Amino acid sequence: MRNYNLNHLQQLEAEAIFVLRETAAQFERPGLLFSGGKDSIIMAYLASKAFAPAKIPFPFVHVDTGHNFPETIEFRDKFVKEYAVDLVVGLVQDSIDQGTAAEETGLNASRNALQSVTLLETIDRENFDACLGGGRRDEEKARAKERFFSHRDSFGQWNPKDQRPELWNLFNGGKGQGENFRIFPLSNWTEMDVWQYAKTEGIELPSLYFAHERNVIERNGMLLAISDFVSPHEKEEVSKEKVRFRTIGDATCTGAVISDASNLEEVIAEVSASRVTERGSRADDKRSEAAMEDRKKQGYF
Amino acid sequence: MDKDYIEMDMLRFTTAGSVDDGKSTLIGRLFHDTKSIFEDQLEAIEQSSKKRGDENINLALLTDGLRAEREQGITIDVAYRYFATPKRKFIIADTPGHIQYTRNMVTGASTANLALILVDARIGVVEQTRRHSFIADLLGIKHIAVCINKMDLVGYEEEAYEKVLRQFSDFASRLENISELTFIPLSALKGDNIVERSENMPWYKGAPLLYHLENVYIGSDANHVDSRFPVQWVIRPHSDKHHDFRGFAGRVAGGVFKKGDEITALPSGFTSRISKIMLGKEEMEEAFFPQSVTIQLEDKIDISRGDMLVKPNNQPKSSQDLDARICWFSNSKKLTQGGKYLIKHTTKTAQAMISEITYKVDVNSLRKNEQDKEFNMNDIGRIKFRTSEPIFYDAYRRNRNTGSFILIDPFTHQTLAAGMLR
Ligand SMILES: Nc1nc2c(ncn2[C@@H]2O[C@H](COP(=O)(O)OP(=O)(O)OP(=O)(O)O)[C@@H](O)[C@H]2O)c(=O)[nH]1
Ligand SMILES: [Mg+2]
Repeated sequence: MRNYNLNHLQQLEAEAIFVLRETAAQFERPGLLFSGGKDSIIMAYLASKAFAPAKIPFPFVHVDTGHNFPETIEFRDKFVKEYAVDLVVGLVQDSIDQGTAAEETGLNASRNALQSVTLLETIDRENFDACLGGGRRDEEKARAKERFFSHRDSFGQWNPKDQRPELWNLFNGGKGQGENFRIFPLSNWTEMDVWQYAKTEGIELPSLYFAHERNVIERNGMLLAISDFVSPHEKEEVSKEKVRFRTIGDATCTGAVISDASNLEEVIAEVSASRVTERGSRADDKRSEAAMEDRKKQGYF
Repeated sequence: MDKDYIEMDMLRFTTAGSVDDGKSTLIGRLFHDTKSIFEDQLEAIEQSSKKRGDENINLALLTDGLRAEREQGITIDVAYRYFATPKRKFIIADTPGHIQYTRNMVTGASTANLALILVDARIGVVEQTRRHSFIADLLGIKHIAVCINKMDLVGYEEEAYEKVLRQFSDFASRLENISELTFIPLSALKGDNIVERSENMPWYKGAPLLYHLENVYIGSDANHVDSRFPVQWVIRPHSDKHHDFRGFAGRVAGGVFKKGDEITALPSGFTSRISKIMLGKEEMEEAFFPQSVTIQLEDKIDISRGDMLVKPNNQPKSSQDLDARICWFSNSKKLTQGGKYLIKHTTKTAQAMISEITYKVDVNSLRKNEQDKEFNMNDIGRIKFRTSEPIFYDAYRRNRNTGSFILIDPFTHQTLAAGMLR
């Protein structure tokens, strides 16, 4: 008899597509959080598979700190055009201008935490009742605790001490007035799975993920790229290095790693030999022991 | 390594057992000793341990990631962790032992193929060990490894191990589904019998835990016989190019569907043939559990979310009167006869009214209690209920996907119970 077995990438794909379709079916107005990073690209790609030949039935939502690598925005716009979806942009600058968010000051100032404010404002303005996120449980210890369908109260808060039980593949998206959901189709994927899947499916990723030369400085044990938003302080030395990014977030807090990996195959080899997590290069998680949990409670992705 | 990584076999397992028996420490130890903890993670755990004044590095902090968990030194909610050895890829659910959070243990166990049940060698089997073992059995987990932990605190004596083994075996003989039961004496704290065989327990002839996890034959729980396709979503592109396209999106919940197969749509009973099976742009000859696909039919028949495609000669049971075992989760709502809830079963949501509370199970003796019918949080038992529309199902034992359901509070939307149909 034929052997009816899926390999684990195929299992993860089937699971993610199931979750994406449940989202479309259970909610009135879901949005897909699209940062231009690899996880959101994979999620968007899976969404295009899930609903083909129809268009993806939700708009993309980009919460924009204004501190982007130009490559990210280029890639985003190209992608949106290719998939013919609507793009909703929430600008952190708008929240600052309205006085609902305040710019951080000091040496390590970042707009990363302000994204929560802008995200909640965007959800409100657009009446989203669910937002799909590319978060993975292997990324961080608070994320490791999160459900596929993660409930948010009417303040947009996550209550990790009282999450709904989530059994089998029966996702309960029921909610009261003003409440909404964050939904994570890639929950069970690891960083390695993401790279492997991109390779098997031939998914194009932004050039930032592959080795290139760039001016960087070392700050708090991280390599930060010199850009319009990051300039060297006194005593910091700028050097030109061959680097790539393992995650892409706000340019002010996403560290680069020294690398020669210029294609997916080489990236995969490098990741499998790596002894630090991808978030090891993110300053936003290093702020305190429960930095991610605290941000998530406030409404972060 | 590429090809190998992709073709690797995957095992999902869950931890279980009473509070403080060492579940999280065990998972941390497994990661540590297989060198699966990343340097930055280890550093963070070391720092937190120091800050807490722990004597050793506290490996439970790898999974106990929430602030409230670290404050109290207990697990509150399931942590999912991933690791791979050259033999297998693992998805681990580390669940809480505390009775108050049993619902989270059920969450973690509902998708597992194997359960590690931890027992403190000093204390032996307690009520919560029995409750978790019973739940694992109810959920149809066929493989159980009883980890007799904290052997370092009983001088690594065989006697302590034997005592727990007898206690547990006695209880397990009354469970229904377990097909494989293994006992391993270990110390999660010291690392005995986790990855390497322990020199402290020469009397133990079995394999260490990791070897067992890598090699235990799981087979497939999948049902490849009864073809079931619950429709999730109807794809209608509304574009000129795909003007007449109607695709039924869903995930195969059992069996196999092939191009050209005759199907019956439930509840309408209309039949047609499969003209195409697709995923994205790719066309496929067949689809099987657990693939997510889009199915097109030769005839235009009315089908929507919640309907099910099956084979004419192999149909699921169909009824509005159902009989099930349930695990009740809610601490604010009680299960009542005549109570009205929402039922979510495959992709269908309907109303349900409880017609009979048949019995409650005493988790210590596994006896059925037909007198006490008050279901509180964490109670397990059997009920009968009537639904507003027919449900198409198989017994849970035959198919987890078409035999499971949840009950939802129509007002608060909380998930109240997990159920397994008979
Ligand atoms: N001596 C000794 N102590 C252990 C061993 N395993 C765990 N412990 C200790 O037992 C305590 C509880 O361990 P945890 O791993 O948090 O227990 P748990 O089963 O995960 O607890 P919950 O998740 O809250 O149910 C901690 O202080 C551990 O250090 C062991 O093998 N030997
Ligand atoms: Mg624990």
